[in-house]
Amino acid sequence: MSVKTDLTETKFNELEAYMETIPVKKGELIRVLHKAQGIFGYLPEEVQKYVAKKMNVSTAKVFGVVSFYSYFTMKPKGEHDIAICLGTACYVRGAEKILDAIKRETGIEVGETSADGKFSITGLRCVGACGLAPVVMVNDKVYGRLTADMIKGIIDNYR
Amino acid sequence: MSDIKLTIDGKVVSVPMGSTVLEAARKVDVHIPTLCHLDLHDTKMVNQAASCRICVVEIDGRRNLAPSCATPALDGMVIKTNTIRVLDARKTVLELLLSDHPKECLTCAKSGECELQGLAESFGVREINITGKAQSTYRKDVTTSLIRDMDKCVMCRRCETMCNKVQTVGALSAINRGFEAVVSAAFDLPMGETVCTHCGQCVAVCPTGALTENDATWKVVEALADPEKVVVVQTAPAVRVAIGEEFGQDPGTTVTGQMVTALRNLGFDHVFDTDFAADLTILEEGTELLQRLGKFLAGEKEALPILTSCCPAWVNFIESQFPELIHIPSTAKSPQQMFGSIAKSYYADILDIPREKMVVVSIMPCLAKKYEASREEFAVNGNSDVDLVLSTRELANLIQRSNMNLMDLEKSEFDQPMGASTGAAVIFGTTGGVIEAAVRTAYEVHTGKELPKIDFEELRGFEGVRVAGVDMDGFMLNIGIAHGLGNARALLEEVRDGNPRNIHAIEVMACPGGCIGGAGQPFHHGDGSILKKRQSAIYQVDREMPIRKSHENPAITELYEKYLGKPCGHLSHQLLHTEYAVKDKV
Repeated sequence: MSVKTDLTETKFNELEAYMETIPVKKGELIRVLHKAQGIFGYLPEEVQKYVAKKMNVSTAKVFGVVSFYSYFTMKPKGEHDIAICLGTACYVRGAEKILDAIKRETGIEVGETSADGKFSITGLRCVGACGLAPVVMVNDKVYGRLTADMIKGIIDNYR
Repeated sequence: MSDIKLTIDGKVVSVPMGSTVLEAARKVDVHIPTLCHLDLHDTKMVNQAASCRICVVEIDGRRNLAPSCATPALDGMVIKTNTIRVLDARKTVLELLLSDHPKECLTCAKSGECELQGLAESFGVREINITGKAQSTYRKDVTTSLIRDMDKCVMCRRCETMCNKVQTVGALSAINRGFEAVVSAAFDLPMGETVCTHCGQCVAVCPTGALTENDATWKVVEALADPEKVVVVQTAPAVRVAIGEEFGQDPGTTVTGQMVTALRNLGFDHVFDTDFAADLTILEEGTELLQRLGKFLAGEKEALPILTSCCPAWVNFIESQFPELIHIPSTAKSPQQMFGSIAKSYYADILDIPREKMVVVSIMPCLAKKYEASREEFAVNGNSDVDLVLSTRELANLIQRSNMNLMDLEKSEFDQPMGASTGAAVIFGTTGGVIEAAVRTAYEVHTGKELPKIDFEELRGFEGVRVAGVDMDGFMLNIGIAHGLGNARALLEEVRDGNPRNIHAIEVMACPGGCIGGAGQPFHHGDGSILKKRQSAIYQVDREMPIRKSHENPAITELYEKYLGKPCGHLSHQLLHTEYAVKDKV
């Protein structure tokens, strides 16, 4: 996953072009926010204000939706997003210990991005690989049957 | 629509199809308790969140209890509203709500007026057996007008409905999830940094102490106790027809004389009337209207419409939501600010004291007036024209605190010269009143003739948006009136998009009913009929006034002769007019 943190005009234009393809705006806020997060990588205040204005809803309402759904994030993801499964199967097989190790290695919490923009941690519910529990994905690569002592080595690959 | 029949607690009731069980029950005087539900019929405020579950009832043939506020009444339903199952469920609901609510009723601003407290009392909740996860806590948000203490929020979301659906301000939304869920602003910003207009209607509908006014009573007590200060008070028109309610009087009881005595007993040095400044506003705004009408008739079409500018929440609304119309409101300050400005110049000169020695206190039906008084442009060298603003409720509280019952007091008169007023001034307190007062003066000045009839019935009423023509001796002046900001938005959009009805003058009041329904007034607790009674009282006061046109107020004539010169003259511009700025807020 590449870092998409800059709020360039090109990206706003891309979002606007997408919104223009939606004939009736009412009820389509979540769809637009999905697209916006896809374009910008996250949903900072400027993007939410822009969406509110274009969709003719209040910024408070947009923020209400963004803050409700865990999928939406207001912080840019790191260059390498570490997604850890906290679903039932992974959890009972020790996901919490894995998570602690990831936090220790990166110095950040779930939902945060490290100061150098290198890493972010995302908590997930079931990635559909329960047989490999506990599971971590770094970008698009899946790491399974993990133990806490394996974490340092995995993360070092991405430093 | 066809009627349906159902049985509630053994009583047969017939209601139109589409009614809720709650509405049907009220028809046969079965008063099912509610908390999140609120239906203010006249102002089209309906909050039907069905989230609190306090109104559950038992319906024959249904397994689960049903929330009566959101359950449609159906033909043949048999409903019981007070079985042990229902009462137990309601008590559990209350215990759950209270388990996540601060137990600080003794120090809560809403104590005695709180709907949650009332329910806890009537259900005899003496202990809460639900323990567990710690209660939600949030940052307290304090603005000049309001205090938001979301620890006391029960998530009824009435404030959200009021702010977004009725007022269309859009400052509030439910944010986050689970225990973190709370009603707040975009990005959880302090309200002062948002599009909030300070209208305070969220406070007017909040069932608990989550939303309250920023109380200034102790600051007033301190000012009154300071021997160095000359403390001057002004009372807005809508206060006199509402404050009696706090002393057990029926809505619509006028208590002007008793209120004046109470203020004098509290120690105010000069008890004056905002109505004086309302008359002054008419002279300034009316003159501006005629000047702009003159330009309009000379072909300068963009000189009209003119918008009234008395309502501070309305001014905030237009500054943040209609930048393209920022040039059309009258530049006249509101009566509160005109009063402060004249008190600290003209009247301070009469008393021969510097303005810093004077404290101007306002008694207002409004919470936005607190914000308005704090605006930087309404001060000279950092000394505000209006120092402190109390709501109607706060004044009632202060009177009670000072060992007085308003109704035991003798009536007395306002002091002079700033206590003199006309019937045109008092109607500023209700929707339609400001424009009617303006028309009474504008007609006579414009035509040079005496009005054939003082009462403009066509401008009165309770409809959200009203448009009527007034014959100015040959020229039909089209007047638009809106109360409630949602209605104002509709009217403004019409004007912005071509003004098809050729409206020349518009009055807007942010609160339903106008100032009589202001957020500083005694709580209506969902009874919209109270506003109509206050409105009738306002017109009654007008009818009983010896002078009913602002330009005939002798104290105003004297003010112009001795001090100001002429309306919209040089000094008037300096003291009584202002300008507006676009505010880009979220």
